[in-house]
Amino acid sequence: MYIIVGGGGKVGFHLAQELLQGNHEVLVVEREQTRASAVADDLGENVLYGDCCEVATLDAAGVARADLVCAVTGDDEDNLVMCEIARQRGVPRTIARINNPKNELLFKRRGVETTISATQAVLAQIESELPTAEMIPLLQLHSGLELVEVKLPETSPVVGRRIRDILLPSESIVSLVVDPGGVPRIPSGETRLNAGDALVVVTPRENHEMLREVLIGSTHGLDT
Amino acid sequence: MNVLIMGCGRLGARIAAALDVAGQTVTILDINSSSFRRLPETFQGTRAIGNGMDGPALERAGIRQADAFMAVTQGDNRNYFASQMAREVYGVKRVLCRVYDPMREDIYHAAGLETFSPTSLGAQIMVDMLLTKPAAGG
Repeated sequence: MYIIVGGGGKVGFHLAQELLQGNHEVLVVEREQTRASAVADDLGENVLYGDCCEVATLDAAGVARADLVCAVTGDDEDNLVMCEIARQRGVPRTIARINNPKNELLFKRRGVETTISATQAVLAQIESELPTAEMIPLLQLHSGLELVEVKLPETSPVVGRRIRDILLPSESIVSLVVDPGGVPRIPSGETRLNAGDALVVVTPRENHEMLREVLIGSTHGLDT
Repeated sequence: MNVLIMGCGRLGARIAAALDVAGQTVTILDINSSSFRRLPETFQGTRAIGNGMDGPALERAGIRQADAFMAVTQGDNRNYFASQMAREVYGVKRVLCRVYDPMREDIYHAAGLETFSPTSLGAQIMVDMLLTKPAAGG
């Protein structure tokens, strides 16, 4: 088979190596010159220096006769475009690495097979399962106070409630609310909290567990 | 018409202002709040901060209510990605996509988008200016 690999990073390089060992004809397209020549040191002639989203580059790579295109750059938009060009040039099968698992549906709709990068999958797992990921110590202040960030999961008991209606541990103050779009607000008692909000809270260190219970809920994720 | 515009650069800001004056309901989305300085003070529409390639950000900007989506950031691939999200995932009826690279424009167009390439149109207009019109004063 003739296989074109878009992106000569870690994923692209190891993929190409494996494919070459399987006696396939392989071409890696890499747009950064230093990386392209580094890959060429190992893979020889099987590297093309150029942008894998450029029609001219892919035509020069002979995309029309490729049996398979694998788009494995770190950018989902670039991977989608490469697969679309390949599809329109008649490539029967396209596979993309998706860096954000949320984008899977779009790739499917465009007829692209997908594979989620292992690193991302592990990170997503950690973020959703480990309680520690929802409460991150940011800074030690003087006299035993600490600045922590708390990300509200959908299961949080305070979602939909006003700050004035929440019984926080003593000497704990919600000083900043950052919504899921990254927009920061200085909260008042009237501020209503939503799932996905990140709260920056000042709290005494000994109140950590109480704060977690109030804002995240008890034993969340500990029973797995 | 309810229009969502992604990218508040010079083109996005001008489109937003013109549609607003024409009485349309406009939301303009940009990843950077400082980009909104390009909008005129009289702009009545909504300014939304977020990444147009992110589904939740598009939803917060009201993509489910949009009759039209226009992708006018500086990146051709970003514009393509967001446009296809609008079309394929959210079912927006009119999706217009700015593409600098004329070769990529053909691909995007064949993939179902209404495309506009300032490069090919601009080149044609400037050639016509030079060859068919008399010199203007100044």
